[in-house]
Amino acid sequence: MKQKLRRSMLFVPGSNTGMVCNAFIYKPDTVMFDLEDSVALSEKDSARMMVFHALQHFTYKDIETAVRVNPLDTPFGLLDLEAVIRAGVDIVRLPKTDTVEDVLAMEREIERIEINIGTTKKTMLLAAIESALGVVNAVDIARSSKRMMGIALGAEDFVRDLHTQRTKEGHELMAARNQILLAARAAKIGAFDSIFSDVKDKEGFMHEVDLIKGLGFDGKSLINPNQIPWLHNAFAPSQKNINWAIEVLEAAKDAKERGLGVISLDGKMVDAPVILRAEWIMDLARASGVLGEEQ
Amino acid sequence: MSKKLETAHAGTLESSDAFVRVIPINEKGIVIELESSVEEIYGDAIRALILESANAMKVDGVKLIVQDKGALDYVIKARVQTAILRATGESEPDWSMLS
Repeated sequence: MKQKLRRSMLFVPGSNTGMVCNAFIYKPDTVMFDLEDSVALSEKDSARMMVFHALQHFTYKDIETAVRVNPLDTPFGLLDLEAVIRAGVDIVRLPKTDTVEDVLAMEREIERIEINIGTTKKTMLLAAIESALGVVNAVDIARSSKRMMGIALGAEDFVRDLHTQRTKEGHELMAARNQILLAARAAKIGAFDSIFSDVKDKEGFMHEVDLIKGLGFDGKSLINPNQIPWLHNAFAPSQKNINWAIEVLEAAKDAKERGLGVISLDGKMVDAPVILRAEWIMDLARASGVLGEEQ
Repeated sequence: MSKKLETAHAGTLESSDAFVRVIPINEKGIVIELESSVEEIYGDAIRALILESANAMKVDGVKLIVQDKGALDYVIKARVQTAILRATGESEPDWSMLS
């Protein structure tokens, strides 16, 4: 199955009208409207209504959308879900996911709403893990629902729970990042890193991106559109990798045309995972603007 | 069927936004007062949009004062409907009427 690119997930406060209207212009892989922490209690209703209408607007038809809803144990969680599922959001981001039950409760409500409105769309789930308990339960959370498309680290709350703070080196997040990545890969879903909040510190941001890309993360949540090109450039494959991918795909095409079951390239066997990897590199290259659409 | 309304407002006066005030009146119908920088060109279309947005919320006997700061159509819709929802005191609209 072809994987969707999700290098950049741009957080957009639902109460910030300017950002809601303009976020699509910056072309993040996913726009993630926020109804939770960035929205004041007094504006929860207006942000919900704004996001409900934005999701249905043509400017968001060709871009993947996610909404971070409020937890179900607040007065806002269920109201958020009713609005965003009806508006056709692609992904619901669960905040503060500590246990499998948090996921199942959300899944039950989503299913109920989908049945009520008679949609065939299956809204996906993205669980944000923001506590020590969530990290310990990450494997079970990642496997808890067929709707789960990924798990994400919410580092700001997590470091508070650990009784520490974020550093540029990121040692305090190492265990959580590794655990979340392993859990995601074991469940064959995406793994997404946390925001980098100092929007002026490009060097620090790039250091963190190199780190999480090297670990194997698919992408990262962002809070500022300026970070999108930095991130996409860092995820762009090298010319050497692109050349290798082109050779693999040409060898695979050639073998298929000649009816050969086994493909070899430079004496090495090329099997399905290698072809998938080559396709992935080409997708990244196209999305990064390194290649034309036709290549 | 009209709902009991209180005075309420929603939105901001920032660029690309709209500020909407809802005031109950002692007569039937929806009265619209619009102030917009693009009134000359889009005034009629914006008034029609405000009316349609209000009708979807099933209200009557109300004055809507809208200050448009160059908002997109869905922003005006969202602000009008939030202001009316606040005026009704209800926590949730009938979403099926708003899609």
